Parts: sequence; C-alpha cells; structure tokens
Amino acid sequence: MELVEKTDQAQAELLKNFEEKINRGDAIEPKDKMPDAYRKHLIRQISQHAHSEVIGMQPEGNWITRAPSLRAKQILLAKIQDEGGHGLYLYSAAETLGISRDEMIQLLHSGKAKYSSIFNYPTLTWADIGAVGWLVDGAAIVNQVSLQRTSYGPYSRAMVRICKEESFHQRQGYEIMAKMMQGTKEQREMAQDAMNRLWWPSLMMFGPHDSESPRTSDAMKWRIKRHSNDELRQKFIDKTVQQAEVIGLTVPDKDLKWNEAKGHYDHGPIDWDEFYRVVNGNGPCNKQRMDHHIRVHNEGAWVREAAEAYRKKKENLN
Amino acid sequence: MATDSQFALWEVFIQSKPGANYIHAGSVHSSDKKMALQNARDTYTRRGEGTSIWVVPSDAIVASNPDDNDMLFDPSNDKVYRHPTFYVMPGGAKAI
Ligand SMILES: [Fe+2]
Ligand SMILES: [Fe+2]
Repeated sequence: MELVEKTDQAQAELLKNFEEKINRGDAIEPKDKMPDAYRKHLIRQISQHAHSEVIGMQPEGNWITRAPSLRAKQILLAKIQDEGGHGLYLYSAAETLGISRDEMIQLLHSGKAKYSSIFNYPTLTWADIGAVGWLVDGAAIVNQVSLQRTSYGPYSRAMVRICKEESFHQRQGYEIMAKMMQGTKEQREMAQDAMNRLWWPSLMMFGPHDSESPRTSDAMKWRIKRHSNDELRQKFIDKTVQQAEVIGLTVPDKDLKWNEAKGHYDHGPIDWDEFYRVVNGNGPCNKQRMDHHIRVHNEGAWVREAAEAYRKKKENLN
Repeated sequence: MATDSQFALWEVFIQSKPGANYIHAGSVHSSDKKMALQNARDTYTRRGEGTSIWVVPSDAIVASNPDDNDMLFDPSNDKVYRHPTFYVMPGGAKAI
C-alpha cells in the first residue's frame, strides 16, 4: 500500500517536471524521462507518418514509366526518392523511442499501424501526379511546417530536414497543373478532374474536426502538435484557393466563400463517412497498397539475409 | 515467420564543407561499414549537404545521462575567470 502511494507520488513528480520542461519550451530528447503516454503517442504518430511517406511512393511510382517527358521522369524519380528518405528519417526518429523498425513494419503489415488515407486513392491520369504534388504535398507541408516546432527533438529535426525538401515537391506538382491548364481542352479537363477527385481527400488529410478529435488535447498540451487539425486545414485552404484561381482551376466546393470578417475562406461540409470508410480499409486502393508493400518486403528478404551472411563471413575472417 | 533483420543502427555525421565541424545528421541501418556509408550518402546528402561523411555504429556512442547534468555541467558556470570578459584591461591598450 505504501509502496503504491510512493510510486504514484514519483509518477506525479515526473509528470510535473516533464510538463514544466515542455512549458519552458525545452525540447525532449531520447534519454529524458517522459510519461508513457507521451512516448506512446509519439511512436504512433511518427511511425504512422513514416509509413505514409513510404506508402505514398506507390501512387506516384505508378507513373514513372509513363511520364510524358524525360524531364518529367527525372523530377518524379527524384521526388519519390525524397519520400523514401523522409520515411527513413522518421523511422529513425521513432526508433529513438524504443521501438524497432522491424516491429513498426510488422504493425503496418498486420494493419495495426495506419498511414495517411490519401494514399489509398488511385492516380488515374498524369494530371493526378500534378494534383498529388500540389495538393497532397501542399497539405503535408502545412502540417510539417507546424511540426518543426514539435517538442520531441528527433521528430522536430526530421521535420526541419523534410520541410527543406518538400517545397520542390509542391512546386513541381503545381507546374504540371499550370502547364496542363495552358494545354488543350482535354488537358484542361484532365487537370480539373484531378482537382475534383483530390481536393476533398486532401482536406481530410488534416484529420477530423477539432471537436471530434479525441487525442488532440494531450498532444497539444505536450506540444507534440502545435496547431489543431482545423487550424491547419484552414491555412491550407486559404493559400491554395488563390493558387487554383491563378491557373484557372475551380475548387469543387460550391460553398467556398471568402469571409471578410474572419479573414478566411468558409468551406462546405466534409464527407466524413467517406473519410472513415477509407481509414477503415475500404478505400479504392487500401488492399493494393498493403499487398504491394508486403510482397516487396518479402521478396527483398533474401537480400537482407545475404547482407547479414556476408557480414558474418567477414567477421569470421578477421 | 523467421525474425527479419533490419540491420544494425549507425549514426551519421556530415561535414558541410572542408574545415567545418561534423554535425549529426541522423541514422541509417546497415549490415556493414561500406553499406552504412552508401546509405548515409543516399539518405542525407542528395542536395550537396556535405563533402565528407562519418558513420559510427550507434552502440559505440556513449551518451551522458540527463539526470547527471547538474554534476557534469554545473561546475563550469561558477568559473567566470575562464572567460576573457572577466579581466579588467588597462585603458588605452589595443588589440587585446
Ligand atoms: Fe515527404
Ligand atoms: Fe513530398
């Protein structure tokens, strides 16, 4: 009984010191004491973020062999390579919290770990590659810029590095859209069609409304998240609408309207039924994305085994 | 299922230009030294971030414990005479 009280007291003390540190604006580093809930929240969020970067390579990879020019192909390859790199930075950041990369991949394959639902939509035309870069990376950037100031040091450092690389991603996508909007009638329709399909899923990337988002309060209190879902979504809408206007694209939202008093755009209702349908595994490409990742992972096993055998052989020679 | 190997963890340090300090950039996984260097190059220097890379097995790094910070780092705070601004220079002396 007394022992229980003592540990409770120690826990309370730990939490108090931790929260004081957070409130001072100090970064938390891997060896620092942290509440279990903080560690768990970070592992979930960072690994989900890492999986998103890696799974996100699939819809874009779909167009490498069909890129319309050598220039476009080189750009797309470089962008996808960056996304693979982002996945690696983030897996490393999560590993500092005591989970292994192996475990994270197993959690992904068993469906226990999620990735961003946006990557469960198909890339049907070349314009989708433009829309993905412009809208999907655009939305990701808004989130990631905010996360540069997240309280966990390794996560924050990964975000700084990623943000430096992301601006090219969004610009190359917007350039594709701008070019298509200057093209033939069919090309303009293709661009608008991509916009129509990807606009709403891009808004859903920020997650449920603040009023519906159960994990937000701890995440905000501990400065894992620095801005709420709705704040970030609003920021994305406000800057993207103008970009759409410049190139002559229509935002597929009849309720979209500049609100002079608020200094923001008002937007129509988001179809959360669709969001949850896709999150829960029933989007157009969920199965395809996961099957592909599992297959490639298994097919690469012999390479990892060979590398380990080679290392052991060399160690025995020394 | 056999346990899969994701290889050992290595820490990557990058020198941005000759003469600069090596700064920690992040980590990579690798089964040996050569692969660690190649992975570090691919992962951390795709945009001319550096001209030289060190890779070190993560378990070879010894890190201080944050709990020991008072003991380790406090003593330096009360030795102000280690700083040049502690000293009173005679008026008129130049280039010192
Ligand atoms: Fe990325
Ligand atoms: Fe990106």
